[in-house]
Amino acid sequence: MNNTPIIFNDPLRAINPEPANSPGLMNGNDQVNGGVSRREFIRLAGIGGSLVVAMSVMPGRVSALTTKNANSSALNAYVEINGDGTITILAPNPEVGQGVKTSLPMIVAEELDANWDDVVIENSPIDLERFGRQFAGGSMSIPMRWDELRNMGAVVRHVLLQAASQRWNVPIDQLSSKDSVITHSKSEKTISYGDIAQQASELALPDPKTLTLKTPEQYHLIGRRITGVDNLAIVTGQPLFGIDTVVPDMLFATYIKCPQIGGKAVSANVDELMKRPGVRHAFIMDGTVDIAYFNPGGVDMMSGLAIVADSSWEALDARQHAKIKWDTSKASTDSWDTLVEQAKAVADKPGAVEVEHKGDVDTALKDSATTRRAHYTFGYISHAQMEPENCVAAWNSNGSIEVWAPTQTPQSAVTSLAKVLGIEEAKVNLHQIRGGGGFGRRLDNDYAREAALISKEISKPVKLQWTREDDMNYDCFRPGGFYALEAGLDSKGKLTAWDNHSIAVSADGEKPNSSAGHWKTDFPGHMLKHFRHAQTLLESKTQTGPLRAPVSNTYAFAEQSFMHELSSAIGKDHVEFLVETLGEPKWIDEGNIRSLNTARAINVIQTVAKRAGWGKKMPAGRALGIAFYFSHAGHIAEVADVSVDDSLGAEGSKKVTVHKVWVVADIGHVVNLSGAENQCQGSVVDGIGGMMSQSITMTDGRIDQQNFHQYPLMRANKSPEIDIHFVKSDFAPTGIGEPALPPVAPAICNAIYTINGERIREMPLSNLGYRL
Amino acid sequence: MSKITINNNDVDLSGVDPNTPLLWALRDTLGLVGTKFGCGIAQCGACTVLMNGQAIRSCQARVGQINDAEITTIEGLADDDGNLTPLQQAWIDHDVPQCGYCQAGQIMSATALLHNKPSPSKDEIDAAMSGNICRCGTYTRIVAAIESVAEKANGGDAS
Repeated sequence: MNNTPIIFNDPLRAINPEPANSPGLMNGNDQVNGGVSRREFIRLAGIGGSLVVAMSVMPGRVSALTTKNANSSALNAYVEINGDGTITILAPNPEVGQGVKTSLPMIVAEELDANWDDVVIENSPIDLERFGRQFAGGSMSIPMRWDELRNMGAVVRHVLLQAASQRWNVPIDQLSSKDSVITHSKSEKTISYGDIAQQASELALPDPKTLTLKTPEQYHLIGRRITGVDNLAIVTGQPLFGIDTVVPDMLFATYIKCPQIGGKAVSANVDELMKRPGVRHAFIMDGTVDIAYFNPGGVDMMSGLAIVADSSWEALDARQHAKIKWDTSKASTDSWDTLVEQAKAVADKPGAVEVEHKGDVDTALKDSATTRRAHYTFGYISHAQMEPENCVAAWNSNGSIEVWAPTQTPQSAVTSLAKVLGIEEAKVNLHQIRGGGGFGRRLDNDYAREAALISKEISKPVKLQWTREDDMNYDCFRPGGFYALEAGLDSKGKLTAWDNHSIAVSADGEKPNSSAGHWKTDFPGHMLKHFRHAQTLLESKTQTGPLRAPVSNTYAFAEQSFMHELSSAIGKDHVEFLVETLGEPKWIDEGNIRSLNTARAINVIQTVAKRAGWGKKMPAGRALGIAFYFSHAGHIAEVADVSVDDSLGAEGSKKVTVHKVWVVADIGHVVNLSGAENQCQGSVVDGIGGMMSQSITMTDGRIDQQNFHQYPLMRANKSPEIDIHFVKSDFAPTGIGEPALPPVAPAICNAIYTINGERIREMPLSNLGYRL
Repeated sequence: MSKITINNNDVDLSGVDPNTPLLWALRDTLGLVGTKFGCGIAQCGACTVLMNGQAIRSCQARVGQINDAEITTIEGLADDDGNLTPLQQAWIDHDVPQCGYCQAGQIMSATALLHNKPSPSKDEIDAAMSGNICRCGTYTRIVAAIESVAEKANGGDAS
């Protein structure tokens, strides 16, 4: 995403994790409403008593699927019904903890009227032609497949009914289906899906446009709490994750890169290392670039020393004895403290580039009855997913490779590996494996490139295992940055002008680094007559990338805290101020159901206020704070019940307790209620951890934090009570992996202001003497 | 030579460098991959196993230092017929996992907690579980799952 433009006019493009030139680029609403805009192709094949349904989701790709006698492995099979009644449904998108291996098949099973107990879920192969875009990013998995998967279930159900209708010689409209059983109520005949599947497999599948999908009142599965399909394997410790992959004759690799980011390995004590127990290979790799920037389908790889041994431990142990000479002439010299100083120096000057200007902000501010100006700062943070990056790669002497990668972008990984290995994409056989946490880190495929090139170098299968220190040093960090905000209110206290100067890190001085800078937002700037976004870039080489709700996870803090500064300045109730600013009910982008809808926004704000008892009297040292943020097409408002105790701590450290957080979300239909609640709970915990104490800093190009002792993640004893409410909505579902995170920080900071009058303008709060 | 019993099986780790952390011997040598690598410095708890019933960080326990010990890993909790422990079942019933990577370590810590204290208070649960990081933030469910088992152990009274 490093090559993406400064401003994103389309929020979908903003979250698209793929490089602009990748095939099948997510393209605005075409992707979201894929079931409508795609040319669909369906076929059916009877294979060994199974009903297999295939539907191409890509236009112009039908030929590969039209051979009636193709064997099952060559088909895009979402649904397979076996004679014993087992219904196998394929899960097409990568699972990294967002729950889509459960929720996507639920959508199929709903329209199919399958009994969930009969359903077995398998990961689908990676295949662009047959499954369309397969990735986990932008909270897109559910919305991009909602229509497609409902159609998949409906067409299978239809041919099952049709087969029963033929067998019993009764009209199809006299038949009903429930729990994998078809019933003819007049004759009281019943037949299970398993018993009719063979006959159904001989029928042609209908065009889904001729079928009527269920209305929400008819749902038996969607909206229920369904436990994750891999939970049994998880609680019994079965092999499931990338790191668990074992292939025959596999060796174990570690790869040491320069502690000063971007240094090149010149020489190393390779002979000495080769004498260490279990070490088979030790060699320097030149890499392809000085610093590997976020580019999922690219070839970026940093130089380093590979050590390959008979076991993980022998490789890691040998690593302790490595002596490497580095050439740091082109390495990063970044220091966070320097960036902070540079930002301070330019914050009150006009931005270097006026990215967007509507109306006349300067005059509007001059004419305002009240103006406020403030600087907001946020540091870098690390993804810190629990499973350190790893990948198994097996290079074959015939010039092909088999790869097991816990990636969020498997198709980009195939593109990337083909490029960097110099082979055709067809020669890359990549298996999608569950990832132990993603949060955006696994959108990039840098670790897979390293594994593949090491395997090629030694012509043996290897498992590359990053250490936690590797993970923290060579992350694609959530970039730090700065906002200078100014706003004006008229004499009635109504917001009239909004001026945003974003100060962003940039490696090339031309565009912000990945996920740095500012994206177009709908609220509140775009609701006003006078709005400006200007931008100044600061030079920084540190690698960055998307992290859960990129840009939103920092801009929400600045925007929603600053909104509270404004309402506080004029003594207006903040709920009232937010509602008034949103104004009349309308879509911000008329006709785009993924744009902000002011009525939906007001509804979630008022609902969360009511649920939390907004306005009630709070004990001393304790207050409620509220924030609203729209991202990933989700309307979310949150209230935090917070107390601050400054009587503790010899050095005046202020102890923050987040007692409870209320989340109210309008995300359309909720598919798996348990999964959606889990994402909201996780977002709240993630949001608190990120704002309170997590900070990546660098000094002279080196990352100062190396492991969890220097990068405190949230723990059980700090986790608040969390109340979650989803607004009943007939809109198509939007994703909930990310949008519940952005409102957390401003809700808590607004509560702190109400408690002690201190306006928080910097994350993490540990920099300001606060602690959990 | 160290004598180690893992999940009720005597194992011979004499071929393994005695400095090898138990974590890597479990994963690479014995193929028990349920125990996870998270940080390597005893900060995250992903590698938690039981040694003689007590929770330890297997990334810090060197194979050569373990003697006459009974180790239990996540694979050894369910019985031979696959019947889950009440905690494992509670984890499924409460749909605790998101990514699931830390959950083996969480369950091992919770198992040790309830072994030591069948009816822990909320504070005692927090204290016992605060050595295990869940980056996905499933803590409310982890606590609820533990409390549900503790309640049963205590005849339905959690207090």
